[in-house]
Amino acid sequence: MMKTGAEILCECLIKEGVEVIFGFPGGVLLPLYDTLPRYPELRHILVRHEQGAAHAADAYARVTGKIGVCLATSGPGATNLVTGIANAYLDCVPLLAITGQVPTNFIGKDAFQEIDITGITIPITKFNNLVTDVEDLAMLIKEAVHVALTGKPGPVLLDIPRDVFLGKTEFIYPDKIDLPGFKPKLFGHPSQIKKAADLVNTAERPVIIAGHGVNISSAHVELKELAEKSQVPVVTTFLGIGCFPESHVLSYGWLGMHGMGYANKAVHSSDLVIAIGMRFDDRATGLVASFAPNAQIVHIDVDPAEIGKNLPVDVPIVGDVKNVLQVLNKQIVKREHIAWLSQVDEWRAMHPATEVREHEGVLPQYIIRQIYEATRGDAIIVTGVGQAQMWAAQYFFYDKPNSFVSSGGLGTMGFELPGAIGVKVGAPNETVWCIAGDGGFQMTIQELATMVQEDLDINIAVFNNGYLGMVRQWQELIYNKRYFGTQLYNPDFVKIAEAYGIKGVRVTKKIDVRPAIEKSMAHKGPFLIEFVVEPEENVYPFVPPGKMLVEFLELPNHATSLKK
Amino acid sequence: MIRKHILIALVQDRPGVLNRIASTIRRRNFNIDSIAVGSIEVPHLSRMTIVVEGDDAKVEQVRKQLDKIIEVIRISDITNDNPVAREMAMIKVKASASTRSEIIQITDIFRGNIVDVSPDSLIIVVTGNQDKIETLIELLRGFGIRELSRTGTIALPRGGAGPLTIEEDKPLRHVVEHIPAEEEELPNW
Ligand SMILES: Cc1ncc(C[n+]2csc(CCOP(=O)(O)OP(=O)(O)O)c2C)c(N)n1
Ligand SMILES: [Mg+2]
Repeated sequence: MMKTGAEILCECLIKEGVEVIFGFPGGVLLPLYDTLPRYPELRHILVRHEQGAAHAADAYARVTGKIGVCLATSGPGATNLVTGIANAYLDCVPLLAITGQVPTNFIGKDAFQEIDITGITIPITKFNNLVTDVEDLAMLIKEAVHVALTGKPGPVLLDIPRDVFLGKTEFIYPDKIDLPGFKPKLFGHPSQIKKAADLVNTAERPVIIAGHGVNISSAHVELKELAEKSQVPVVTTFLGIGCFPESHVLSYGWLGMHGMGYANKAVHSSDLVIAIGMRFDDRATGLVASFAPNAQIVHIDVDPAEIGKNLPVDVPIVGDVKNVLQVLNKQIVKREHIAWLSQVDEWRAMHPATEVREHEGVLPQYIIRQIYEATRGDAIIVTGVGQAQMWAAQYFFYDKPNSFVSSGGLGTMGFELPGAIGVKVGAPNETVWCIAGDGGFQMTIQELATMVQEDLDINIAVFNNGYLGMVRQWQELIYNKRYFGTQLYNPDFVKIAEAYGIKGVRVTKKIDVRPAIEKSMAHKGPFLIEFVVEPEENVYPFVPPGKMLVEFLELPNHATSLKK
Repeated sequence: MIRKHILIALVQDRPGVLNRIASTIRRRNFNIDSIAVGSIEVPHLSRMTIVVEGDDAKVEQVRKQLDKIIEVIRISDITNDNPVAREMAMIKVKASASTRSEIIQITDIFRGNIVDVSPDSLIIVVTGNQDKIETLIELLRGFGIRELSRTGTIALPRGGAGPLTIEEDKPLRHVVEHIPAEEEELPNW
């Protein structure tokens, strides 16, 4: 049957299992917006800024494992997506960005709202294409979705001119794709796996570093089997949080700049690092030249370009984490590492990074722990970037995969609010907490309206410390307390919420923290709590830039001030 | 070790391929010495020869990044394989009645051809490796070079099937290279 480009787009998306589009219309998209209502299977969520559409689609993809779709008009609509696409690129999230483009006969003439978005997004997409002919549309959609989801996931972009939406052609949904240059390697090389098994079976002080790749490849069961069989302590990366239950006896938190001291010590002192679905990011390794100096390194990753990128590895295995672990686990013998584990336990007792200290004022760490207790850990936490993000990672304990949703690679302030929207839309039955800094919250604050319009039951905690706290912390510790450009004049966040039609409370006293949390969760629909917290609280442990993982700073006298 | 590397790639003819390749190389702050692109015996495919200067390990990292570009079907660093590498240059030199014969003599020594003669200049076409072409250019500089155009290097590995050879019985296949040496029998990790 003859179909228009707009109809073909809708039908292809439905065939690819897409249910939700986060979008914002504009001139060149009008033919599509005139078509969308005829496809009620596609839920369109109107955001208030295209960056919000990209972040929401990104977060949606993280919790559902499906591709997230965002839609923007040409020119400014498309450029507003860029931060969100970059965020998905660095965190390996399958995202399909669809942008409208001026009609083909205007392209290249600096027409009204014409921008070369495929050119702009080359470095931050796995695949992008300007669709110049409606005949090519179905195939390009199929290819784009396949590339986004296959191998190491990532964002893709299709730029569709107005006349392509209007053009008609015979619609045939392609059943195969032909991309000879795209053959991700999904199975590890057997003899490399054998070498890895030999190392695991003989190591004395092994440690597993589990990353986001474990979540992406749904290899939680396999990871657990490996850890338990060989009795290896598991440390996650920041984005790996939740891929191994933090309540497990073999869980030792996460490593890196603000990771647990004992996790960093375990990695530094190990004789074997089994790195799974992670990429030795500089925030994770500290001074890379002194990373795990006495360890051999097994590195399992689906992306060959990650092997040896930041540090030399002894046994590289390129393949999908789940597939590799399934083969590896068969060759692992049962072992015990009693002395090693008790050594790491000793470090845990010495560096109790996740205990909330006794304090009269409202400590952000205390709030996070109260949210943890009130939800019994059964919630999805979505964060912005900065101190509140780190406390959310440290003081909540994550037992479920994908229960911690955060911008890791790009560190995008403003991810929190649209991210929470995407999570709630993707996982409507989960309790969702948005952990926002007062700075980041104001970067995408307009999405409060989206939440109300879609009536999303989201708990928003704004941590009002009156500062761009994380930057202030660096100014305090590294620039001798010369605060500049980090103090925030803040609006009345509760009134702001009210203006959007959202109920809210302000909490200034410790005793009001828990009741406010309970109140928010009892409320159906969005609810905002403004927590006025200690303004100059710092995130510890802290590995200063350029230092080794074991050179972490701790809160002075922290251990002695802990409540028992 | 920093040196010139010759990368050869088989790519799909799709809009933006060259852009993507250049962008990936630029991101790692390498200078591209030359890129030469041309169609090959198979429709819709092109072959590129890219010459970059850089540290061995960094170039290998970039090669892997380039290999991830969807349109790049195969890419190989043939620097160590003693490839046959040639480029072509067209040189327009000033030539008067008194200098013309000397220029022709020099051109002959370099096995170049004179392809255009006008009262005050000549166009010389010469092919060879980079050294040879650069030497000729140096020699001609004294006469006055008016225009110069070079193709950039193209290269083929010596011997039988090379890394980009398309075998009739084998479909196009993605090759992951740089296997640990003892794994030679299985061509990937
Ligand atoms: C878009 C963006 N701009 C700037 C930064 C740099 N940055 C990192 S953390 C931070 C402070 C965040 O402040 P806030 O949201 O109030 O959180 P807090 O650290 O106070 O908890 C800044 C400015 C960033 N990560 N993202
Ligand atoms: Mg703040």
